[in-house]
Amino acid sequence: MATYREQGIVLRSYKLGETDRIVHLHTQGRGKVRAVAKGVRRPGSRFGGRLEAYSHVDLQLYEGRNLDVINQAELLASHAAVRADFATSAGASVMVELVDLVAQEGERDNALFLLLRAGLQALDAGPADPAVFVDAFLLRAASIVGFHADTAACAVCRRPGPHAFLSVKAGGTLCSDCAPPGTRAVDPAVIAGVGLLATPGEWASLPAFARDDALAHRTAASYARAFVEHHLDRRLRGYPAVPRG
Amino acid sequence: MYEGAVQDLIDELGRLPGVGPKSAQRIAFHLMQADTADASRLAEAITQVKATVRFCQRCWNISEAEECRICRDPRRDEAVVCVVEEARDVVAIERTREYRGRYHVLGGAISPIDGVGPDELHVKELLGRLDDEPVEELILATNPNVEGEATASYLSRLVTPLGVRVTRLASGLPVGGDLDYADEVTLGRAFLGRRELGV
Ligand SMILES: [Zn+2]
Ligand SMILES: [Zn+2]
Repeated sequence: MATYREQGIVLRSYKLGETDRIVHLHTQGRGKVRAVAKGVRRPGSRFGGRLEAYSHVDLQLYEGRNLDVINQAELLASHAAVRADFATSAGASVMVELVDLVAQEGERDNALFLLLRAGLQALDAGPADPAVFVDAFLLRAASIVGFHADTAACAVCRRPGPHAFLSVKAGGTLCSDCAPPGTRAVDPAVIAGVGLLATPGEWASLPAFARDDALAHRTAASYARAFVEHHLDRRLRGYPAVPRG
Repeated sequence: MYEGAVQDLIDELGRLPGVGPKSAQRIAFHLMQADTADASRLAEAITQVKATVRFCQRCWNISEAEECRICRDPRRDEAVVCVVEEARDVVAIERTREYRGRYHVLGGAISPIDGVGPDELHVKELLGRLDDEPVEELILATNPNVEGEATASYLSRLVTPLGVRVTRLASGLPVGGDLDYADEVTLGRAFLGRRELGV
């Protein structure tokens, strides 16, 4: 049987039989992997608590006919603080739900892997307001899979911005010529907020944005959710559970 | 596909937890070959359980009366309530013979991804008990996994401001095992849950 080694982050798992679990992971090299962890629900199993959701693990797997089988798991980061708090746990649950929806089996997507790792690290630090990290994660993940919320130019005619109109369907801001008649202009702070949420790598300034302009954050957050649910054509079930100030 | 009654039985069995289509078929054929008396006893046991067993109106444990055996027992300490996910967890804790308080069965754990929030669990009823009963301590005995941890954190946030002492069941090393075989998550938890040794 062929074995391989992969780094991955546990997305979720389902009970299988009496003591096993089917574990969904997003790996660095093979995209989404669904694998069986045998005996993991037995106390004292060799996997212990390593295969809990949000764990970053180094794995050795056998290739199976249907599902691969996890042979060994070493912990790289447990992200235990994420699980210990309801707000961060609910936030992480939305992140893994989205990755589980968009990640493809056998298709390498390292950008998505790195985004998930960064998102979980941000939550693991115990932020006062985890929701803003979820909002940013949604727009950044959408961008990686091909739907970028563009606030730099008009999404229709590409005229450079900033523009005052915002559209979920068009995929970003619209200039006054392209905005449908009757569209209401949006506060520039909201446009800037959507831009910040969608900017890759920008995590440090998120808490200040959420704290200092709560109203703009709330509007930008609803936009992020609507954007992702529209373009991915999926509802995010865990979203309403994330506590919002 | 089989004819009418056989297929109905296979379909019903296949809806049971942990029973796949293959197992459902095997059980169905086993039942068809079994004595009529054996099959009737099984059918009767299922009917009987549905007719007589219900949920305790206080703690949501399985009960044959309005209130379960534990809630009716005056020797059980009503100042301590142990919160568990399922009725089978009550049985597991009772087996230890260590616990003399009462229980509250949530009926599951918070799992946003599966659409299970606090409203789907017996959380409102728990808050009602904190109002009506002289509860001083709530022991959170949800499972040590993502859903159980999230549920414990949610309840602790909700209840701590009410002035009730909230404790969490320690999770740690399996008894009888060697320390160096424990994985780092379990060992880390055991450290967090360490306690003072009396001299
Ligand atoms: Zn335009
Ligand atoms: Zn009861």
